[in-house]
Amino acid sequence: MGDIKLIEVKEDILADNDAAAAELRERLKKEKTFMVNLMASPGAGKTSLLLQTITALKNDLRISVIEADIDSIVDAEKIAETGIQSIQLRTGGFCHLDVSMVKKGLEALDTDSLDLIFIENVGNLVCPAEFDTGATIDIMILSIPEGDDKPLKYPLMFSKCHALIVNKMDYLSLSDFNVDLMEKRVRKLNPDIEIFKVSCRTGEGINSWAKWLKKTVADSLAEKNP
Amino acid sequence: MHELPVTERVLDIVLKHAEKNHVRKIVSITLKVGELSDLESEWIQQYFDYLSKDTVAGGAVLKIERVPIVLKCGQCAESITIRKDQLGDTTCPKCSATGNFSIESGREYYIKEMEAE
Ligand SMILES: Nc1nc2c(ncn2[C@@H]2O[C@H](COP(=O)(O)OP(=O)(O)OP(=O)(O)O)[C@@H](O)[C@H]2O)c(=O)[nH]1
Ligand SMILES: [Mg+2]
Ligand SMILES: [Zn+2]
Repeated sequence: MGDIKLIEVKEDILADNDAAAAELRERLKKEKTFMVNLMASPGAGKTSLLLQTITALKNDLRISVIEADIDSIVDAEKIAETGIQSIQLRTGGFCHLDVSMVKKGLEALDTDSLDLIFIENVGNLVCPAEFDTGATIDIMILSIPEGDDKPLKYPLMFSKCHALIVNKMDYLSLSDFNVDLMEKRVRKLNPDIEIFKVSCRTGEGINSWAKWLKKTVADSLAEKNP
Repeated sequence: MHELPVTERVLDIVLKHAEKNHVRKIVSITLKVGELSDLESEWIQQYFDYLSKDTVAGGAVLKIERVPIVLKCGQCAESITIRKDQLGDTTCPKCSATGNFSIESGREYYIKEMEAE
């Protein structure tokens, strides 16, 4: 047995991914492409929201979708029915997307000629919160059946998103979900977050969300490169 | 839940440092992980044992130091250390603000040091 020595490592485990994300964000900015990272629990309505949003915006913006499904192509097929190009990433057992996976998806797209790319991240509220994808903004969905206590259980996710879509509002009258309380909990750690209440079933609220997104994309694309 | 990719990164980084320091065997690795992260210590050790089997890090013990959650009050800039279950009802002890906090620490994922022969 030799002597035991202490070696200082002092390295951030996420540093490589964070650096790659910053680089990708820069590249997309130069190419004038806006990328949205959409996160939510399984079944919260990610694909449904994308379908509604594409319908609302496809005449104004050139859109594509990167679908990260653990192991199926169902969602990508649904998107393809709208006439929008979609890329299916097989994430195997992965619980989140990182920049290297997103870049694989982007390789299959002509990003230069696109205005807006959506990433449907893997369905869970834990892991995608910790891995930057390189997207321009992070958006999440919380659906009414999931309950108003989720901001307390998944604070990182709620604290990092630019906008929160509260989906399945058509279920509100059947549930004990307290929208004001949920909103208060979210704003505690994220005072500036935009909150949209929608139903992908009835179409309620989709317009104001789509309008906000369109304006956010336009503002960002109009920004001069440094 | 993402113990596997995190473990892979940890192994990459410690092997790099082992080579740089001409190490024969890594005995232990100390990680600093924020309380906001849901990382499971047991899983990460199991994945690590599996991935590191045939390397100088094989058999190393992972020690995880948890970094507390510290919020910063957006109104008076006070730093407030809390437990995760207090997130819902945090009040600033200095100015009594009940909202507009930002996360100062609690989300780290950091390799602090390792012991090696
Ligand atoms: N009532 C109601 N049902 C909805 C709404 N939005 C989505 N759904 C339904 O919820 C189910 C899941 O919706 P998806 O859009 O597939 O959800 P997802 O988040 O993409 O699901 P995964 O990709 O499997 O994680 C489907 O049966 C949708 O029809 C809504 O606003 N109201
Ligand atoms: Mg889906
Ligand atoms: Zn204060």
